[in-house]
Amino acid sequence: MSEHEYVPKSKAGKWFNDRLPLLTLGAHLTDYPTPKNLNYWWTFGGILTFCLITQIVTGIVLAMHYVAHADLAFASVEHIMRDVNYGWLIRYIHSNGASMFFLAVYIHIFRSLFYGSYKSPREVIWIIGLMIYLLMMAAAFMGYVLPWGQMSFWGATVITNLFSAIPLVGDSITTWLWGAYSVDNPTLNRFFSLHYLIPFLILGLVVLHIWALHVPGNNNPVGIDIKKPSKDTVPFHPYITIKDAFALLVFMIIFAGFVFFTPNVLGHSDNYIPANPLVTPAHIVPEWYLLPFYAILRSVPDKLGGVILMFGAIFILFVLPWLDTSKVRSAVFRPIYRQFYWIFVLDVLMLGYVGAMPAEGIYLVLARVGTIYYFAHFIIVMPVVGLLEKTDPVPMSISEPVLTGGAEPSLARKVNDKV
Amino acid sequence: MSKEEKKVNRRDFLFTASYAIGAVGVGAVIWPMIDQMNPDKAQQALATTEVDISSIEPGKSITVLWRGKPIFIKKRTSEEIAEARAVKLDDLPDPQKDEDRVKAGKDEWLVMLGVCTHLGCVPLKDKGDFNGWFCPCHGSHYDVSGRIRKGPAPTNMEIPKFEFVDSNTIKIG
Repeated sequence: MSEHEYVPKSKAGKWFNDRLPLLTLGAHLTDYPTPKNLNYWWTFGGILTFCLITQIVTGIVLAMHYVAHADLAFASVEHIMRDVNYGWLIRYIHSNGASMFFLAVYIHIFRSLFYGSYKSPREVIWIIGLMIYLLMMAAAFMGYVLPWGQMSFWGATVITNLFSAIPLVGDSITTWLWGAYSVDNPTLNRFFSLHYLIPFLILGLVVLHIWALHVPGNNNPVGIDIKKPSKDTVPFHPYITIKDAFALLVFMIIFAGFVFFTPNVLGHSDNYIPANPLVTPAHIVPEWYLLPFYAILRSVPDKLGGVILMFGAIFILFVLPWLDTSKVRSAVFRPIYRQFYWIFVLDVLMLGYVGAMPAEGIYLVLARVGTIYYFAHFIIVMPVVGLLEKTDPVPMSISEPVLTGGAEPSLARKVNDKV
Repeated sequence: MSKEEKKVNRRDFLFTASYAIGAVGVGAVIWPMIDQMNPDKAQQALATTEVDISSIEPGKSITVLWRGKPIFIKKRTSEEIAEARAVKLDDLPDPQKDEDRVKAGKDEWLVMLGVCTHLGCVPLKDKGDFNGWFCPCHGSHYDVSGRIRKGPAPTNMEIPKFEFVDSNTIKIG
């Protein structure tokens, strides 16, 4: 936060700003001192904002043509695809937009994991981010139900039945969620209502997420605290805005590639069959972004146990800032943790893969190994490595490795060792 | 100062009473907002279904919809009944006698909620390792009595409330 008080130049601007300091806020966002070494992994915050706005705008438009009724929903989606002007484009942007949103959020989360952005003093940013992620999953799940195809119906059935695993009150809760004795029209109706609500809740949390970010300021690839503003920072505009804009353009090219060339590759063809409560599709799978959690659910041969582990896999992330005992933030200076980090990335990717495969034979074995490792990473690796690891020397400032002749932060070690 | 703090005076009483009334008021407003999501009268009105079972051949089954859920009605052969009754209760994750899953004297008729007790998929008939049903979603195997034998499902498939109106008709619900 810049210390100097902003004063608008024009008389009208000063008049307004005295009554509502929006211009001060604008100046703060423009001048906001940002570490000058942010790499492209830091551009996904902007990309995610773009994703959220895209989903809200296309979603509002789709709601003008969609009918949330069990008898009409499927036909109204086909009506959007065939009759509504540019309906196909808007729906494909919205459905692929969900996938792109998750792609970006996973990169954003894994960036945070690598550079230790969840660590003190940024725990609250991290927790708000996880709340956004949870709401994203809820919104995506309910959105997937709305076309009322086979995957919609049976996805809704399986996910809502997760709550029936709760002892004693499980069945009452499930019936309450349904508003019927099975997934039916009342379920579709309320899912539509909530699907419309959640993005605006996310928008509110995004404001808090950015607010919480602007208190300590950005973490950075070397993970050290920096003075702000100083030689180690640059103003957000134009330096970061232009970098974010370039990354966003590349992202949009990939996004457009999906929308225009393979709009259905991330979906499931069974969802083009209208919902049938008498027949379950032979092979039901969730959308790709939920597959690792689905693999964890299926790896446990017990209903309640599977549900607990699946939710536990997400909720353990909330206590991550306190499970990680290392004093060094960035994995750049953590030679041991860095290796475990990549094993963890591979583990999550493997869980995603087996989540899409039938739960039998070797896939079941892999799912179980992957699940155990997933939890071991947080419960054992994070605390233990943080205590035992001998970290590499951390530079005193972002500029130091540059000024002392090495562009690579790791080269600064030798210099530091002498000091 | 400290003496006065300890005394419970009329103002403390007013605060506590106000909070209590406020909590009751909030609860009274929240409950309708929660309960509106429970099944409405139109949903509850669909609670019974009558089914004509005269055309079902031995060994065959039909599926009917009751409260939005499939009901399996199977006319079992005497071999199937014998097979179901030969199973030792110790071999069952959710021990229940076949006799307790059918109406006495109508032992050939298995009327059962066709919903996997794991996560609610519809099991496939004549599949699985136990000559009964198999759920394709997460691999639960049920026997010829609809009892869980293998897989993640915790309990046997549910038997709904039903009665024989006459020898050719049953009423579910």
